[in-house]
Amino acid sequence: MKMVHAVIKHMRLDSVQKALMKIDVHGVTLTEAKGFGRQKGHMEVYRGVEYEVRFLPKVKLEIATPDEKLEEVIDAIKSAAFTGEIGDGKIFVFDLLDVIRIRTGERGEEAI
Amino acid sequence: MKRIKAVSMLSVSIGTILFASSAAFAAGPAASGIDSGDTAWLLLSAALVLLMTPALGFFYGGMVRQKNVLGTIMHSFWTLCLVSVIWVLWGYSISFGPSIHGLIGDLSWFGLNGVGLGSSPLGSPKVPHLAFMAFQCMFAVITPALITGAFAERMKFSAFTIFIVLWSTFVYAPVAHWVWNPHGWLSTLGALDFAGGTVVHLNAGVAALVAALVMGKRKGYLETPMMPHNIGYTVLGASLLWFGWFGFNAGSAITSGGLAALAFVTTNTATAAAALAWAFTEWAHKGRATVLGAASGAVAGLVAVTPTAGFVTPMAAIAVGGIAGFICYIAVNLRPKLGYDDSLDVVGVHGLGGFWGAIATGIFASPLVNPAGRGLLYGNPHQVIIQFEACGATIIWSGFATYVILKVIDAIIGLRVSEKDEEMGLDLSQHEESGYNLS
Repeated sequence: MKMVHAVIKHMRLDSVQKALMKIDVHGVTLTEAKGFGRQKGHMEVYRGVEYEVRFLPKVKLEIATPDEKLEEVIDAIKSAAFTGEIGDGKIFVFDLLDVIRIRTGERGEEAI
Repeated sequence: MKRIKAVSMLSVSIGTILFASSAAFAAGPAASGIDSGDTAWLLLSAALVLLMTPALGFFYGGMVRQKNVLGTIMHSFWTLCLVSVIWVLWGYSISFGPSIHGLIGDLSWFGLNGVGLGSSPLGSPKVPHLAFMAFQCMFAVITPALITGAFAERMKFSAFTIFIVLWSTFVYAPVAHWVWNPHGWLSTLGALDFAGGTVVHLNAGVAALVAALVMGKRKGYLETPMMPHNIGYTVLGASLLWFGWFGFNAGSAITSGGLAALAFVTTNTATAAAALAWAFTEWAHKGRATVLGAASGAVAGLVAVTPTAGFVTPMAAIAVGGIAGFICYIAVNLRPKLGYDDSLDVVGVHGLGGFWGAIATGIFASPLVNPAGRGLLYGNPHQVIIQFEACGATIIWSGFATYVILKVIDAIIGLRVSEKDEEMGLDLSQHEESGYNLS
């Protein structure tokens, strides 16, 4: 099993969610996140005082998936989150040790 | 039985004290010469001006960081409560009561003794004295509230409470007496101040400068970001200030006739012109017209037109407001370089705006719209000098007395919250509340 973390733009969230539903992904956890990458930040000016805003708002999705479905999930996110501009985000993949469904006690891929 | 008797005796004597001034009240409705239109407009204006103080709370509250939003709004709301009671007890008497050498009123109207339903000895005989008192109360309320922007995000609530009591007694009341009591020394000098540019705005602006210097900078000022957390609040506050200001300025005519209409029109025109001037200036300077800039410009215009409102033509109001928006923008931009932390720019907006408004009155006052004022452009350059004198006296007294008051409070209980409390924010450290519990 794999854990996928995708950091994407807010404006692409809706299409990413639709793309994931299309390939039958059962669950997603979403976090409002802030960060910087190559996009860096931007300037804001309030009454003449300039502030460099380094951390930009993004959305972080967490998706647990069976190994064989991993590439499908990555492709779905990649194509739906793509605008071609700097700041589109990143996808991180981890090995996932176990999953437990609290209600039934199921474990492993059954619980995803 | 004995106890009941004692209690009833006590209540009778309290009643006697509370209604000691009932003779004045009894004189009320029968009194002739009260104009219902004037009275209605004055009472409505008082209610409009009341709204300005909570509006100021939102104007300031939006500009601070999220952790200080309640503490900042409370500064205005608390001032409204404190000064409303002080005004009835002694504030009105020492501001407007019988004059001692033109310097200060005596205490003969303490507790509104003799201030009743009958014709007002001040302002206009066509309104009840109580209505005039209530209208003036709202001015006394908002003036100290204006200062709170200078020490936002760092003042101890107990010290703040004492400051408001002392400042409204020893700074506001005397200055109001000088300018607005017909026997006050600036009033007899011929200074023109339609609705309180000197008494309210310059006075508060100077006190703000002193407060910012005495209190010191916020922790991390100009090092960590201190962005306004909710500019929507600030625009809401500025808009309600604008609305309430019609009572402030047009109400200051103390009549519902043509003079009120003039002040209404000049107020609206100058405010709009100032908002445009501020926003266009920053557009040219920084490449963007900001929402905070438009709201700030509007307030600068309201400040500048306050002393001018009933003395100038609507065309002159465009100049008064336009120049105010421009110079206040420059002043606010210089603030980070000046080395003091006037957190919400009370000096740049109210101090400078009030000063400009006072001088502008001396320049633009037209005897064609109001025979009571003739300025430089209408052949009376001397008026400008009188205006400078009024400003100078206010600056000296407000600066000196505010300094003494703050130093005394600092020596006794300390003005600032602890570093830990400042980091935590005033909402939690001073009030044990959070502004936002959204989830």
